[in-house]
Amino acid sequence: MQFRINGTVHEVEVEDDMPLLWVLRDVIGLKGTKYGCGIAACGACTVHLDGEAVRSCQTFASDAAGREVTTIEGLGSPEALHAVQTAWIEGQVAQCGYCQSGQIMQAAALLAVTPNPTDDEIDEAMGGNLCRCGTYPKIRAAVHAAATKMQEG
Amino acid sequence: MSRAGKIARRTFLIGSAAIAGGVAFGYYKYKSPVANPLLEDLPQGAAALTPYVLIDETGVTLITPRMDMGQGVWSVQAMLIAEELDIDLDQIRVAPGTPSPAYYNTALSHEAVPFDPTDTSFTAETARGVVDAAMKFMGMQLTGGSTTVPDGYDKLRHAGAVARETLKAAAAARTGIPVGDLKTGRGAVVLPDGTRLDYTTLAPDAAVIAPVTDVALRDPKDWRLIGHRIERIDIRAKSTGTQVYAIDLEPDGVVHAAVRLNPGRSGAPLRYDATAAEAMRGVEKVVPVTGGVAVLADNTWRAFQAADAIRIDWPAPAFPAEMEAHWAILSDGFTEANLSATPREAGNVAAALMQAGDAALSVEYRAPYLAHAPMEPMSATVLVEGGRTEVRAATQVPRFTQANVAKVLGLPDEAVHVHVQMAGGSYGQRLEDDAIRIAAEIADTVPGRPVKLTLKREEDFATDYPRQIAMARGLGTVANGQVTGFDLSIAMPSVMASQMGRQGFGALGADAQITAGAGDQPFAIPDYRVRGYQVDGLAPVSSWRSVGASTNGFFHDCLLDELIHAAGADPLAERIRLTADPEARKVLEVVGEMCGWGARLAPGQGRGLAFCRSFGVPVAEVVEVRATPQGIRIEKVWIAAGVGRVIDPANFENLVAGGAVFGLAHAMNCQITYAGGAAEQTNFDSYEGMRLPQGPEVEVRAVEGMGRVRGIGEPPVPPAAAALANAIFAATGQRIRELPLGNTVDFA
Repeated sequence: MQFRINGTVHEVEVEDDMPLLWVLRDVIGLKGTKYGCGIAACGACTVHLDGEAVRSCQTFASDAAGREVTTIEGLGSPEALHAVQTAWIEGQVAQCGYCQSGQIMQAAALLAVTPNPTDDEIDEAMGGNLCRCGTYPKIRAAVHAAATKMQEG
Repeated sequence: MSRAGKIARRTFLIGSAAIAGGVAFGYYKYKSPVANPLLEDLPQGAAALTPYVLIDETGVTLITPRMDMGQGVWSVQAMLIAEELDIDLDQIRVAPGTPSPAYYNTALSHEAVPFDPTDTSFTAETARGVVDAAMKFMGMQLTGGSTTVPDGYDKLRHAGAVARETLKAAAAARTGIPVGDLKTGRGAVVLPDGTRLDYTTLAPDAAVIAPVTDVALRDPKDWRLIGHRIERIDIRAKSTGTQVYAIDLEPDGVVHAAVRLNPGRSGAPLRYDATAAEAMRGVEKVVPVTGGVAVLADNTWRAFQAADAIRIDWPAPAFPAEMEAHWAILSDGFTEANLSATPREAGNVAAALMQAGDAALSVEYRAPYLAHAPMEPMSATVLVEGGRTEVRAATQVPRFTQANVAKVLGLPDEAVHVHVQMAGGSYGQRLEDDAIRIAAEIADTVPGRPVKLTLKREEDFATDYPRQIAMARGLGTVANGQVTGFDLSIAMPSVMASQMGRQGFGALGADAQITAGAGDQPFAIPDYRVRGYQVDGLAPVSSWRSVGASTNGFFHDCLLDELIHAAGADPLAERIRLTADPEARKVLEVVGEMCGWGARLAPGQGRGLAFCRSFGVPVAEVVEVRATPQGIRIEKVWIAAGVGRVIDPANFENLVAGGAVFGLAHAMNCQITYAGGAAEQTNFDSYEGMRLPQGPEVEVRAVEGMGRVRGIGEPPVPPAAAALANAIFAATGQRIRELPLGNTVDFA
């Protein structure tokens, strides 16, 4: 099966029903995408499939093959941050940080189609991403801050 | 290594030792020999400065022995050292240190004795001294009890100061310039002409001179880091997916493992059939482990799939199979034989209740078992090779883990090397190390190859030792618009006996956690009694963020709120009137100012106030809710906390707001219930917590300068559930006395 991940082509032989999450983590070796629940109930594994936020733990390998996959590593890096990551750092959002790859990927997908989201639009987009440390107030503020940053260019 | 022995033999508070090409400084709290753990395994040419500082030619590493599970203590510990060492956080690395008695936690033992942490009486101080000695022998290098800051506040700053002054002395010896003319800054000694001598180049010189131990700590007004908003050292990695957690480790040749463990904790399977599992793609083998079965496979998912395919018959559970029996045992547990402590007894509450007769308030409260369920499931990577074993895991008890793994493998403790990893949350779960012991058992079947055990989320829920279940009975009297009598009896299993029992220790007397957060509250009620009952025969339990106070804060403050309403008094004014302690009173006054207590609210809105002092930190919270057609909506939360001093303002705000949200989330809809001998909740679909759309605005304020320096990871949790229940009463008139509140009302 052929995967396009963060702009790079990977040829791997895996079961059709292996979740994309485990293809990324255990086969390709991209560990930024996190395993939280395995049943699409927490959003820690969120990646972009052709630009849309999906739960990689419930996306079959065969459904992702041939499509454009973006993970947190492809969104930005510590040296070249995406605006959402900058907002997350400036807002000191993370505590344990384990859910934040998924939160950031979800927020980036929202801002790509809704550059200046209202609180209701943030609720709608981010409601499936669980944080157990209780960083929600900071996440909401960081999404607004990222929107401002992106509009200012 | 030659002077390592000297360190062990000398008795001192602060000392130093040379190693090849460098120097080691040791700061020791106790005047007794404790070997410097950094003197083992140092590469040639590396220098160790104290068990808290390591310098080699590549830079400076600060040892931060308390585990970071999201509470930011790597940053906080590094700040405390760096403040005195005169180095900036962008110039250092942090490492959690290897397990060692030198890193034992003195502050923790203060919470283990049956005294209010703010009690400075002779009896209390003496008892703490006794327990300190016990803790030292137990080598309690434990992260928990909100102790990192109180434990490290002086120790870590001292370590930094001794290292700095000794490096200056080394620079003076090298240059002939008097020490008084030398300055330090950004990791270097600065000469009068501006020349900078980096600490890394001075380390070998510092090794051969006597350490400068007569150091004065800096005046807080000169602090550059402490009390200032800094960029947390892990924030970039955690915002870019580059933070490596235990679950992300993948050493070359790793074998992935998954397990099925007995959810009823009653030992090995009666029988199991792994035929289908063994035939699945990527499966190497299936092996029995203590209390279950493990699968070894070539990736995590295949290991999970195969583990699920094993058919297992378990023996009857070691605790009541059905929930009704748990509640019945608790309900029957308020007996003289179970009475473990009466930490509060003022006036004569029995006489007051007798006199009040039917007019006395009489209520019963319940709080369920709760899972820890951090976002990162339990995992451990273990390599058994020859006589040496490497363990990589996020553990809050590295010394216990080292000993436990050694026992599993039949090795001496020194053969087991525990490398503590960053944790994706814990809330107390990583005080237990069953998963690490099991990983060691599995690794022992494939010597020479690293094994990574990952618990599937469902397995993580099934094997978690939950927060204690608890029940309370409250009675009280009011007169002339005031609360006059308060009688609270609490029944629960002993968390400490359960938890320490698994580590092979007997309990240290009566478990103070049974009444923590209730028997130690700073109120002066004329007739006031709090009793605790230890109830056995329930499911095994473990420390859950704020431990005893997580249930008792709910019981105590809800009863107080009911009595205040029965008296017709104002919830804030009456709590302030009853408060005997200035710091607690201030915290109540501040939260009242923050929210504009008494302001007119819209129809359907209500505000609940709650107070709890736990881990020595008084916290007052006001929750504002609105009753909507879709259910109760939590709109805003105001929190004031008395912490002595805030080390890192951003982290303080995060932990306080996050702790309150954590408390509210569980109060809304979380519970672990047993059916058929297993937890019914197996994943986040049935243990949901709070989601972002339900998240309230949160406003936080610190009350500083009125008490000792204290940690803030746990104290914001206990008042949250009570404040929410009190707010629902204010908005709807309905008193809910059972958690989660979602069993009774809907949340929008």
